[in-house]
Amino acid sequence: MIDIIQQFWRAFLWSDGYRMTGVAMTLWLLAVSISFGFVLSVPLAVARVSAHKCYAWPVWLFTYVFRGTPLYVQLLLFYSGLYSLDVVRDHQLLNAFFRDGLNCTLLSFALNTCAYTTEIFAGAIKATPHGEIEAGRAYGMTPFTLYRCVILPSALRRALPAYSNEVILMLHATSVAFVATVPDILKIARDANSATYDTFDAYGLAALLYLCISFILVALFRRAEWRLLAHLRPMNTEHDGHRQRDLSPSSKNKDVANVQTHG
Amino acid sequence: MILDGFGPLILAGTWVTIELAVLSLLVAFVIGLIGAGGKMSSNPLIKAIATLYTTLIRGVPDLVLMLLIFYSLQIGMNNITEALHAPQIDLDPMTSGVLTLGFIYGAYFAETFRGAFLSVPKGQIEAGIAYGLSSWQVFHRVQFPQMMRFALPGISNNWQVMLKATALVSIIGLADVIKIAIDAGRSTYRVFFFTLVAAVVYLVLTTLSHVVLVWLERHYSAGVREAEL
Amino acid sequence: MYKLTVEDLHKRYGAHEVLKGVSLKAKAGDVISIIGSSGSGKSTFLRCINFLEKPNSGVIALNGETVRLQAGKNGELHPADHKQLQRIRTKLAMVFQHFNLWGHMTVLENVTEAPIHVLGVSREEARHKAIDYLRKVGLDERTYKMYPSHLSGGQQQRVAIARALAVEPEVMLFDEPTSALDPELVGEVLHVMQDLAEEGRTMVVVTHEMGFARNVSTHTLFLHQGLVEEEGDPEQVFTQTKSERLRQFLSGSLK
Repeated sequence: MIDIIQQFWRAFLWSDGYRMTGVAMTLWLLAVSISFGFVLSVPLAVARVSAHKCYAWPVWLFTYVFRGTPLYVQLLLFYSGLYSLDVVRDHQLLNAFFRDGLNCTLLSFALNTCAYTTEIFAGAIKATPHGEIEAGRAYGMTPFTLYRCVILPSALRRALPAYSNEVILMLHATSVAFVATVPDILKIARDANSATYDTFDAYGLAALLYLCISFILVALFRRAEWRLLAHLRPMNTEHDGHRQRDLSPSSKNKDVANVQTHG
Repeated sequence: MILDGFGPLILAGTWVTIELAVLSLLVAFVIGLIGAGGKMSSNPLIKAIATLYTTLIRGVPDLVLMLLIFYSLQIGMNNITEALHAPQIDLDPMTSGVLTLGFIYGAYFAETFRGAFLSVPKGQIEAGIAYGLSSWQVFHRVQFPQMMRFALPGISNNWQVMLKATALVSIIGLADVIKIAIDAGRSTYRVFFFTLVAAVVYLVLTTLSHVVLVWLERHYSAGVREAEL
Repeated sequence: MYKLTVEDLHKRYGAHEVLKGVSLKAKAGDVISIIGSSGSGKSTFLRCINFLEKPNSGVIALNGETVRLQAGKNGELHPADHKQLQRIRTKLAMVFQHFNLWGHMTVLENVTEAPIHVLGVSREEARHKAIDYLRKVGLDERTYKMYPSHLSGGQQQRVAIARALAVEPEVMLFDEPTSALDPELVGEVLHVMQDLAEEGRTMVVVTHEMGFARNVSTHTLFLHQGLVEEEGDPEQVFTQTKSERLRQFLSGSLK
């Protein structure tokens, strides 16, 4: 274990001297695919729940295909599949794009997470309390204003637990990137394994790194949930972003207690 | 021919994939029940082990776990056979794959079952005890059937995820539909086409699974009134 | 000049006709109460006025401006001009039975939302006015940063009333505002509504609160099975009841 750490620690964490590798690369893969996926998924989710079949149906097809096939197969399709086509090879721009393993990986990851995120957001939009939408309409909101002020803020908050799960799963999914020769954590682990034949330690170290990142992400999301889902929490909790403390009228925060009797 | 004669091979590969998925499901199901029992146990040591198990497994990517377990299993097996002076047993990729996937998804199933058990109204268990049913009978006749209803969405979700995870087992050498598709593609220079074929196979499998699970949900929802939406 | 006129409204759900020709005229300062048993069509009638339900026939006009309609599917009438509908809706603020406050926004945000995003009022001005209206309905500033789910039903409904006041409407529509409240909380809401009536606001109130209808409103409509069975001055309607059905209804609800 010590050997591996001594030899490979820098590669595991951020660079092997030539390129970004290891944890840095994994986080980069995650950040880019999640960002693109998120931004694309909001309008797609709105289309998915639309009453107009011509908008909803193509989006449904997209999410159906990308959620019904393994990410590994999607990656192979984009990496070795597309590049083998003459159509791609002959076109200058496409050739340059798909030749780089990192590009193929980011594209397939972004589309994959977009599909799952679209479904999550679509479900959250559909769960918006109908009364709130009626009130928005009754107050003269246009469909755009309705989405912007009532539906989306409410739905995106509601989707947070499910979305945080998706981000963690995406982190795990990035481990398949080594197939496209992208030097992420797992690739470094495999290199370490080939160099030292210390299989358990090499992969064990990789597992440990993923575990740490997962824990940090979970903690961050819990924090976000605390702040953004404040409107769904029971009342007597202090807004300090950490634990829930039971505030009875005898406690120091008199304001909350007084307001209760004020009504 | 469209499939360049690879049709039968691809079909064989598909069966391998299905076999892998179903066997892993069985292993994961059993481990999941045991794990759920462990997490709900009053014994702190058992609870700690079960919690450690589910937390570790769900915090590490499938592929990493697969590689870890696959190689460790083989090395472990070698050590055992060496110690017993027995001939070396080579674990074939199918067995390793089933044990690995079963072990990994056992953790996810444990969480699903735990949630489902907790959802069964306490009153049902109390009534069972009050009418003299033994603990096994209460579990077998009252808890388990009701728990299945709550567990079904989680089970169907885990199954779909596991079905797609079988794709990764081709990386450790199992001759499943993906490996065959890749080989076919390489030898016929139609890589894109055959990768697409593999994708279609998975799409068919997930669609069929969805149909079966919808049926199962209906079957297990006897006696439940659902709100009209 | 009437602020709000509704002429001969009909509404059908499939074969079942819920409104068989209901009319209403409201002058400035009128407080019109609509009473009737469940299924009489009171809420449907109110919800047709701001087109949350689509009537099958009838004419609706606000301050003399008729809402332009066109025939849609199922024989329903759809608003022909969405900009006009939006404008008219902002002048008809509705208070709902189940409050329908926007759960992810604080109390203050709920009241400033429509002024800012629909009427184009500046954030500062909207905030000032919101605080005034919230004070008016009896909520003090400790509630302003709270979320609706943390307030009692009576408080939530008062926020909803403040939200309606904030758009400075021509006519306020109340759809059974106290029906979803615990009995002890009904009083505080009725009190606020009474203050509004005494100020001279034009209100149309669908309600089961006979005390309010009799003592506060200026005109009462009794709806029965989709038709106006009896209407007039509340005192007359309640004490010199002409209709037998109304007598039965009143004796049933008077405790």
